[in-house]
Amino acid sequence: MEHLSGGEIVIRALKDAGVKHVWGYPGGAALHIYDALYRQEDVEHLLVRHEQAAVHAADGFSRATGEVGTALVTSGPGATNAITGIATAYMDSIPLVVISGQVPKIKIGQDAFQETDMVGVSRPIVKHSFLVTQAEDIAETIAKAYYIASTGRPGPVVVDIPKDVTDPNYKVPYEWPANIKMRSYQPTNKGHRGQLKRAVKTLLAAKKPVIYSGGGVILDNASDQLIELAQRLNYPVTNTLMGLGAYPATDRQFIGMLGMHGTYEANTAMHESDVIFAVGARFDDRVTNDLDKFCPHATIIHIDVDPTSISKNINAHIPVVGTCTSVLDEMLSIADEMAIQPDADAIKDWWTKIDQWRADKGIYTANRYEPSAGDIIKPQDAIKALYKATDGNAYVTSDVGQHQMFAAQYYLFDKPRRWINSGGLGTMGFGLPAAMGVQLAFPDAQVACVTGEGSIQMCIQELSTCSQYNLPVKIINLNNSALGMVRQWQDMNYSSRYSQSLYEDSLPDFVALAEAYGHVGMKVTRYEDLEEKMRECFALKDRTVFMDICVDKSEHVYPMQIPGGAMGDLFLNKSEKT
Amino acid sequence: MKRIISILLENESGALSRVVGLFAQRGYNIDTLTVAPTDDDTLSRLTLTTQGDDQMAEQIVKQLHKLIDTIKVVDLTVGSHIERELMLVKIKASDAEVRAELKSCVEIFRGHVVDVTASTYTVQLTGDSDKLDAFIDAVSEIGIMEVVRSGVSGISRGDKFLRV
Repeated sequence: MEHLSGGEIVIRALKDAGVKHVWGYPGGAALHIYDALYRQEDVEHLLVRHEQAAVHAADGFSRATGEVGTALVTSGPGATNAITGIATAYMDSIPLVVISGQVPKIKIGQDAFQETDMVGVSRPIVKHSFLVTQAEDIAETIAKAYYIASTGRPGPVVVDIPKDVTDPNYKVPYEWPANIKMRSYQPTNKGHRGQLKRAVKTLLAAKKPVIYSGGGVILDNASDQLIELAQRLNYPVTNTLMGLGAYPATDRQFIGMLGMHGTYEANTAMHESDVIFAVGARFDDRVTNDLDKFCPHATIIHIDVDPTSISKNINAHIPVVGTCTSVLDEMLSIADEMAIQPDADAIKDWWTKIDQWRADKGIYTANRYEPSAGDIIKPQDAIKALYKATDGNAYVTSDVGQHQMFAAQYYLFDKPRRWINSGGLGTMGFGLPAAMGVQLAFPDAQVACVTGEGSIQMCIQELSTCSQYNLPVKIINLNNSALGMVRQWQDMNYSSRYSQSLYEDSLPDFVALAEAYGHVGMKVTRYEDLEEKMRECFALKDRTVFMDICVDKSEHVYPMQIPGGAMGDLFLNKSEKT
Repeated sequence: MKRIISILLENESGALSRVVGLFAQRGYNIDTLTVAPTDDDTLSRLTLTTQGDDQMAEQIVKQLHKLIDTIKVVDLTVGSHIERELMLVKIKASDAEVRAELKSCVEIFRGHVVDVTASTYTVQLTGDSDKLDAFIDAVSEIGIMEVVRSGVSGISRGDKFLRV
């Protein structure tokens, strides 16, 4: 049997776990591992400029590919810088393994240089964590980390390794565990058959059904099953922010995103529905609005792999614990066996209503905002131009704020894993590093980072990483010279007192900044130039392009749920409510 | 209502902090907590008491079960069960009259005096939490110097048992 040092085992175990790319940043406690990395070619390491970006990049990679993302950081500040990235992945259930160096065991607890209790600090934001205490345990711990991260409800796992455990002079036999079994961790995959039958019966008997699907469908690659079920039944489908792309947005049965900035038709259909089929979604507060007023007539069928998501916020009448894929497959076959058809007349009436809502107040049947003209570029139109220039085929990452909501509303995602955003934690700074991860996974794909001049500055140093690894991401900066979403809330709730949301005079020249990093900078100030510049941007296939688009400062994101109201209670624009 | 939740946990470093952290993180209270290794020393048995309605208790049990280190979780309050707590109380007892009164009180509660000085009695008492509360009420006027309670341990009645 081969004998390896702890540092070598870390890298070999990554290789045996199928890892090809690691994002990271070296430092004292991780140097034995970095030395082992240097002496091999199986695992490629990408050096970021800040550990937060390492985790976001691994996260973006995972969201686009479905594989587990991997990041490697040092102890202390390296570890704490990774925390925002880990919390982001945790909230959106993204499978990651984050390996952190730690001070030598003998120094733990001594307030040593660059010491942080990483297992303690990360505890509330990880699916699980390990502190490895001897070289002999590294391989099995890393195998367990990948197993835990990727099964059940996925999530980030931290593996903290003290420096002495990776000592190059202490060699131990290396063996990669063939399979992992844990008595304390056995995730449920298959739904309870009795419950599934009840679910199918209830669903087929519905007169005003809505299929409400979330990020779980994307994470479990259950999009095909979702589409098959929805189309067989001819039921309307709404997606959460995390679920966009699971059902094709350009299909007639798609009624748009739901929730705080969801469409009128999706939110109204939810409110009026008699059966809600929730699959891989968790009734987040950004969806439900006031819980007491939530969908008063609906029987709720809730499919989720995580039992804690069920009946946490909204009581489920028919709960089913299982993976989206297995549950939807099973439901399709039960529906075949039962040979019951949906009530075609009722469903037809239901569609008549929904189509009327779409025609009256939907954002896809007419422009519900003032048109762009001259030097007024509406942010919505910038997203539409992006959609057009990329034929709707790009991978779109985003940061957090108004631009994120405009992208979610106006870039129509027809495929899963194309829309990559921090939905749960709402992390500004996520977009650029996530785009790097996506571009690494798909070097020939069009990757756009939709951002704002606020968010982009939270991880702008990664432009340097883009240079180093030739990652030709396209940064679409909707520049409104303000923290747009903060400003919108200040307009709506604080009589336009813009407390700390303005910084117009101090913004950098983004074109010059991009050029300083060796990239292409473009600035768009006039609407008539928008489409052409967008095409020009994506024609530069091998270059990182920073496109600074000056958009209308006064624009708000609508629809917007009225706080304390029901799902369907919405502001439709600055003066009109439902 | 009061809930007694029993957990079988991997006896590993950090496992307890995950349980305690979960309660802090999710805004649940822990009223009492006891933990010790079982006959199988790779396992710890943890009993905790908390307050909550059915929905909250269900969510707590599910959240606890979701922790990777937990093997089994039961809400003992759902079925019939036995609840025990150990208490040590040091009480001021200098004059003869008080000492006599205390001794009879301890007898009534089926406790034991386990340490004596010229001015104090230390009493050991086991029972459910209500009984211990009642004893404290009964002797509170005499002069309690110190109270130590172990927190609740619980086990279900009948044939049911919690084991891997």
